[in-house]
Amino acid sequence: MNYSYYPGCTLKTKAKELDRYARSSAEKLGLHLEELEDWQCCGAVYPQAEDEIATKLSAVRALAQAKEKGGKLVTLCSACHHVIKRVNLDMQNNEYIRTRVNNYIAPDAPYAGETQVLHYLELLRDELGFEQLKKSVVNPLKGRKIAAYYGCMLLRPAEEMGMDDPENPKILEDFLRALGAEPVLYPYRNECCGGYIALEDKGQARQNVDKILHSASLAGAEAVITACPLCLYNLAQNAGKERLPVLYFTELLAEALGVKEEA
Amino acid sequence: MLHENERDLRETILRISAVDVRKCMKCGKCSGSCPAYEQMEYHPHQFVAMVDNGDIQALLDSDASFKCLTCYACTERCPRDVRPARLVEAVRLLKIRKQGQNHLKPDAIPAKLEAELPQQAIVAALRKYSK
Ligand code: SF4
Ligand code: SF4
Repeated sequence: MNYSYYPGCTLKTKAKELDRYARSSAEKLGLHLEELEDWQCCGAVYPQAEDEIATKLSAVRALAQAKEKGGKLVTLCSACHHVIKRVNLDMQNNEYIRTRVNNYIAPDAPYAGETQVLHYLELLRDELGFEQLKKSVVNPLKGRKIAAYYGCMLLRPAEEMGMDDPENPKILEDFLRALGAEPVLYPYRNECCGGYIALEDKGQARQNVDKILHSASLAGAEAVITACPLCLYNLAQNAGKERLPVLYFTELLAEALGVKEEA
Repeated sequence: MLHENERDLRETILRISAVDVRKCMKCGKCSGSCPAYEQMEYHPHQFVAMVDNGDIQALLDSDASFKCLTCYACTERCPRDVRPARLVEAVRLLKIRKQGQNHLKPDAIPAKLEAELPQQAIVAALRKYSK
């Protein structure tokens, strides 16, 4: 099966590993990711205001291109996924936004949210299946106690993101089980790391990060995984007393599939 | 009676946020869930009540909207689907859309750069704090 793929800016720069391990793993699993041409930065935050049109255009351009190429768009960074998924819903359901965006970019055929947006984790769960993933594991991560960190963007608002139960998610834990690791449950896995506040008030980010890492470490975690470069930055760089290694989930995936070295 | 200017501001906030403040039942669950509660001078449930009452100038004079993390905890947990985060965003936009009122100026970025800071953080902060 072929999928269009939207990596996003950060995966071309600071978060190259998130991307690299995802690509080599997908290849090993027989999932063909084809990077979109000329994609633009998604803007990193979903523009909530009804009258914000310009800030939604880059997401629509990516979505419209994916529609022509088979209709399934895979995202990986939590923020890109959040923005593109929600703008797509606006194009489906919000006539005011749909009309203005189409007037602006004037595509050959108006875009109305036809593309299906899949996060890489959803690709593994819903298209490949975690059972199938489990069968492809060559280096099971036996005895590794890993804390899945969801943060905000993948889950909320659940009505729109539709990935998992926002208060008791399990997609990352199921993913870890498929790799043979032992997921560690802890109360702060869906609490905010502070996100962009690190640029406004580092202390505020630090406060959040401390609570999250303390919670994960009390539960016995030896490492934390995330899908978001900004979460990884905050958890790794703005940690106080409590520190844990923070990894992209794709790194563990590549390790379990035996493609980490070649990635 | 609200001052004419505040009435206009209230209308703008309601229009661009698309929030129905009258749905709020004042349970406080949004503020109880807010990870920026301590830092925000006005809490999410107060944004809802203050917009409802037309008490807009106080919201605009405060930096509460810059302390919000846009984590959507308030939105997720509100039993009445009020979506307070959209009101916080509307207030923030009203502040920074005004000529010369950017909260984060691109000139201030170089001093904030760190080796590990992801591009995503800079883009997000500029989108949230400047127009
Ligand atoms: S979105 Fe903002 S106001 Fe709402 S809970 Fe998060 S930090 Fe608080
Ligand atoms: S959670 Fe919803 S209903 Fe309760 S106070 Fe907040 S906005 Fe109002």
